[in-house]
Amino acid sequence: MKEINKILLLGSGALKIGEAGEFDYSGSQALKAIREEGKYSVLINPNIATVQTSEGVADKIYYLPVTPEFVEEVIRKERPDGILLSFGGQTALNCGVELYKRGVLEKYEVEVLGTPVQSIIDTEDREIFSDKLHEIGVKTPRSIAADNMEQAVKAAEELGFPLIIRAAYTLGGLGSGFCANMEELKKLAGSAFSYSPQILVEESLKGWKEIEYEVVRDCYDNCITVCNMENFDPLGIHTGESIVVAPSQTLSNSEYHKLREIAIKIIRHVGIVGECNVQYCLDPNSEDYRVIEVNARLSRSSALASKATGYPLAFVAAKLAMGYGLHEIKNSVTKVTTACFEPALDYIVCKIPRWDLNKFEGVSKLIGSSMKSVGEIMAIGRTFEEVIQKGLRMVGQGMHGFVGNNKEVKDIDEELVNPTDNRIFAIAAAFDKGYSVDKIHEMTRIDKWFLERLKNIHDLKEELGKYTTVRGVTPMMLKKAKQMGFSDFQIGRLTIKDEAMNAHQKMLKVREYRKELGITPCIKQIDTLAGEYPAQTNYLYATYNGNETDITYESDGKSVIVLGSGAYRIGSSVEFDWCCVSAVNAIKKAGYRSVMINYNPETVSTDYDTCDRLYFDELSFERVMDIVDLEEPKGVIVSTGGQIPNNLAMRLYEQHVNILGTSALSIDRAEDRQKFSTMCDQLGIDQPRWRELTSIEDIYKFIDEVGFPLLIRPSYVLSGAAMNVVSNKEELLHFLELAAEVSKDHPVVVTEFVQQAKEVEIDAVAQEGVIKAYAISEHVEFAGVHSGDATIVFPAQKLYIETIRRIKKIARAIAKELNISGPFNMQFLAKDNDIKVIECNLRASRSFPFVSKVLKYNFVEMATRIMLGEHVQELHKSVFDLDYVGVKASQFSFARLLKADPVLGVDMSSTGEVGCIGENYYEAILKSMLSVGHRIPEKNILISSGPTRSKVELLESTKLLLAKGYNVFATAGTAKFLADNGIEVPVLYWPDEEREPNIMDYLKNKKIDMVVNIPKNLTKRELDNGYKIRRAAVDYNIPLLTNARLASAFIYAICKVDRKDIAIKSWDEYK
Amino acid sequence: MQNLKKARLVLQDGTIFEGTSFGYEQSVSGEVVFYTAMTGYPESLTDPSYKGQILVPTYPMIGNYGVPSEDKKDGLPAFFESDKIHCTALVISDYSFAYSHWNSEKSLGQWLKDQKVPGLFGIDTRALTKKLREHGSMLGKIVFADQDVEFYDPNKENIVAQVSTPEVKEYGHGKYKVVLVDCGVKYNIIRHLLKRDVTVKRVPWNYDFTNEACDGIFLSNGPGDPAQCEETIQNIRKMLEKQIPIMGICLGNQLMARAAGAETYKLKYGHRSHNQPVMEPGKNRCYITSQNHGFAIDDNTLPEDWEPLFVNVNDGTNEGIRHKSKPFFSAQFHPEASSGPVDTEYLFDEFVKNMEKSKK
Repeated sequence: MKEINKILLLGSGALKIGEAGEFDYSGSQALKAIREEGKYSVLINPNIATVQTSEGVADKIYYLPVTPEFVEEVIRKERPDGILLSFGGQTALNCGVELYKRGVLEKYEVEVLGTPVQSIIDTEDREIFSDKLHEIGVKTPRSIAADNMEQAVKAAEELGFPLIIRAAYTLGGLGSGFCANMEELKKLAGSAFSYSPQILVEESLKGWKEIEYEVVRDCYDNCITVCNMENFDPLGIHTGESIVVAPSQTLSNSEYHKLREIAIKIIRHVGIVGECNVQYCLDPNSEDYRVIEVNARLSRSSALASKATGYPLAFVAAKLAMGYGLHEIKNSVTKVTTACFEPALDYIVCKIPRWDLNKFEGVSKLIGSSMKSVGEIMAIGRTFEEVIQKGLRMVGQGMHGFVGNNKEVKDIDEELVNPTDNRIFAIAAAFDKGYSVDKIHEMTRIDKWFLERLKNIHDLKEELGKYTTVRGVTPMMLKKAKQMGFSDFQIGRLTIKDEAMNAHQKMLKVREYRKELGITPCIKQIDTLAGEYPAQTNYLYATYNGNETDITYESDGKSVIVLGSGAYRIGSSVEFDWCCVSAVNAIKKAGYRSVMINYNPETVSTDYDTCDRLYFDELSFERVMDIVDLEEPKGVIVSTGGQIPNNLAMRLYEQHVNILGTSALSIDRAEDRQKFSTMCDQLGIDQPRWRELTSIEDIYKFIDEVGFPLLIRPSYVLSGAAMNVVSNKEELLHFLELAAEVSKDHPVVVTEFVQQAKEVEIDAVAQEGVIKAYAISEHVEFAGVHSGDATIVFPAQKLYIETIRRIKKIARAIAKELNISGPFNMQFLAKDNDIKVIECNLRASRSFPFVSKVLKYNFVEMATRIMLGEHVQELHKSVFDLDYVGVKASQFSFARLLKADPVLGVDMSSTGEVGCIGENYYEAILKSMLSVGHRIPEKNILISSGPTRSKVELLESTKLLLAKGYNVFATAGTAKFLADNGIEVPVLYWPDEEREPNIMDYLKNKKIDMVVNIPKNLTKRELDNGYKIRRAAVDYNIPLLTNARLASAFIYAICKVDRKDIAIKSWDEYK
Repeated sequence: MQNLKKARLVLQDGTIFEGTSFGYEQSVSGEVVFYTAMTGYPESLTDPSYKGQILVPTYPMIGNYGVPSEDKKDGLPAFFESDKIHCTALVISDYSFAYSHWNSEKSLGQWLKDQKVPGLFGIDTRALTKKLREHGSMLGKIVFADQDVEFYDPNKENIVAQVSTPEVKEYGHGKYKVVLVDCGVKYNIIRHLLKRDVTVKRVPWNYDFTNEACDGIFLSNGPGDPAQCEETIQNIRKMLEKQIPIMGICLGNQLMARAAGAETYKLKYGHRSHNQPVMEPGKNRCYITSQNHGFAIDDNTLPEDWEPLFVNVNDGTNEGIRHKSKPFFSAQFHPEASSGPVDTEYLFDEFVKNMEKSKK
């Protein structure tokens, strides 16, 4: 074996549904392991907002697409000795397998470290995989393919009922279903054969328990299982969509160890070196089981298992890949015991997915076998009641726990049987209606143990509801409620019947009473060995099920608490993790004790190595106050974790907590729409006209004043996006129909919508009202696309100097007025040097990591130093010094969201982003677009260019495409427009026209390599036709562009920059 | 739930933990030990090695899957490690009043009541565990109201005699005949031997087996201090003169060592868990094992012709010994598992191989 000195690691690219922040954590751990070995690391990952792509983590970073072509070029340039494929999710794994198949790795003598590629291939191919398992007598679900009804009947007879029928080669489960007897089978198979020539008859394992094991193996064949996990939701719901607990709760010793033994047998047989995940289903009425899946790489579950146990799976897997044995690695928590062991937990963790289905138009809310959630949380405690209640609050959908919510469930039975993202609350509602545990079990197949525990919460809620004041509650009852995870808010709502008090006041009453009684949480350490050996790290959680705290507090005022960003969701994701980690690093550097509070298992900030003390706990007012009481910190940083901590600022301030940096009062002045508006008026800063209105008549009056289009934001919507742009009365009414009501309690914010305006952002850091560093970037798209979805260019390339000057002036005025000390971000509309402010946040924004890395100056570090009271020098680096351009592009996950309309609007729908650096604007655009899944089209492009304005916008692009030799197809209107301008292109007919050649056929047969479809208006026919095209493009995996400005920029880029001219340069080579 | 009785766990050093009873209501005393396994309370409670001990599982929720039936298989209860609960009491954090499992017949609380064993919940078991870790295992008692009892040290007397079989019993009809010296045997040892074509002759701890016609001797696990079993040690010492294969587990390991002339000592707080890593010295193979012992062999006192077979990777203590030339070996951990990981089951195969070889 040759000596391995230089190691290439593939990242996972932009965050998407099914592949999210967990791979930043895994990759960062692996890079740490490489560094510890004194080896040189090269990282390819275009996700610029990650921690792994920050300074000091990898030795060399390429912000390039993780595709075989680009990776090959990096390999040619860097000549690494080894490559790690299992730390960047499916993206890295697929890319690695492709490089292997193409012979690239062999050609450049790059050794695959860890699990051999053949083992990966064996686990990825369903058939090879189940054959492999059958070789060692391991069971997999039985399934028989049938080409006709006769074969289907025979298969059913062989397998026995119940069965599942799946039509092969169809999208979205068309023709699939469940059948309990032969009659149902014949009916279902009959219809399935009409969709597909072949069907699969499979045994149904519906209702079986779903169990996972994380297994590790080293090159000496030593194997351990680090953790097992049990799904609360039985089989049928993807594990990424399930509530999951660790360790398993309802498995006997014999079941636990039977599955453990099989997992070890599998990892040995497949030949993995490193980590793998084995998913089982287990019969709830016997010890019968099936293996459902094996992932030969680090996964979401492994990240969860690492956080659940304190065992750093990715770090260890990287060490094993470099040739170590498990027994040669130390346990990084105790520092004295070995890593060759299986963690013992003396607590329970509960993972709950976070969905954002409300953000999408048309998407089905049912949860099932495919993943739709965009993030997750993990709660730690010592009873199931405690963790489920904590967890449901952490998810951050406005719920206060399992009970005590104002949540209506319309059809409880339907919700129990056909689960959506709200099922857990349907269970709460069912208990309210008097359903028994048995009945709910029958309907949901959720193990009765979990249901009984939920029932305990329900029963206690009923008890608490009998009180009329909190001081009437006995200390024993109060303690019990806290042990069952009730928050002060829940207890206040249930016990205090004084309607004059608001929720916050009630909560404070409970808190006061509770503290008088000495009922406070204790802080426990996670030590991997359940107390057998002392932990050297401070990985902590709060619980009421115990009475001794493991930590001794210094009370020296040297702790600085950073509040994290909670669950990843649309609008708040890895970028805030980067901000928090940057803040923590700066705190440590300044000689303070860094204390982190966060509960997202996918993050680096919740790695116990990152900070001095990690509280893996709630970011609620209550819990933050509990921790502040214990830590007696110098202060709390609320400006690096996004909106959750920002929203806590005022309430913490009212309790005399020292908010570091900008004062909470200033934060409030920026957050409160009315106060901010007044301030802008006083400072002479322009804003789009807006009003908060409570009746349709008032809205009409406002329209008379400002005209259409308008941006409408109802305070409560039943379904679909929370805000929208309307261009006429019809659309206005259509949209308001979606809003439940317009009233005094539910006002609508109506804002003038400026068309054809550029959107410009400033990210800045100020000290005592004076800006010390700033970055101005512009959006490629015109205003109307949410800033989180927009493509952002930094430094801004196409702004008037005058515009930039005015923006700086406004930012300075605001910084001064609000006396900002710390990070802030503002967004502007710019049209003909006319600047209007549309947003101002006195916290780090989504684009902080992007501008920091492009500028090579860490804005958050500077902001943190300021917040700690250090006087900083102004940054004198000018953007004119940069000989390169950065472009941040958004990643969408529409393919995962069945039926969702893949169109951009004023509400955010992207799940992730990348940031790439280029020599010029077009090269950067091209790199970043290729990084989010676009491809340089081969030949055929379909353009349906929508409204006249975008038709004009795309005219030049179309000419360029034709000149470059592309075939352009167009819909009728677009073709006519092009013809009027002297360009003849073939017409494809709309989906609803039954004429050939039809767009749908071209898409289905993959005759189109790229679709440009610009939505025109909201008329039904346009919506239907456009929707069908967009959806088909997504479903058939054809790159789709729905914004004319972005489409035009991309087309320019592919026509002006040749693939071979794309520079393969690492971050440090851009000087 | 309202009429549950309160009770106290009182430690030798005076520390008091308040809890609520969910088992039999009677004051008892013993040695307080913690164990960190997350599954297997029916197996652990019936493990005779816990005789005289107040058991503290560190996993907080206990009783989740109830207690299985008393069905028998091959003359042994199918789901337990002996015929009854052996530990003195059970102390936990949270008791699962509702349980759920296809194989359960009663609740843990009911079972404890039936077998007259006290159980306490509502104890901060982590705090208790840390105390035991720092002070070492301590004597303790569970006290109901005014019903006080004396502290009791099970290591001061021969408790093996209390858990061993009073009479000789035979199981199976196999190719090999093994004399199983019952010092408090876990039934899974018998099951493993039966599975390997063995006739098991289970004899009392002080039974003189030195002239028994057999293919192998098996020294079982058991409770307490090995020094208390002098009679067994004498018998083993005689057998070490011969060539008949011997295998020992846990207490059996310690008895073998003492018979060979080595010393044993009490560990500060013992090993009681499912996650103890052991290695064969000089090799790169590491096994995860199930353990339950408070005493260990002092490697430095091993005679010339003996060597360590396994060593604990975490604290370097002895985990097994073997004779350098004769077919004698023993393990400090539990290859029969139940409860716990089954990675070292192969040791039973080694034993059978030894018998096969010596038969030839």
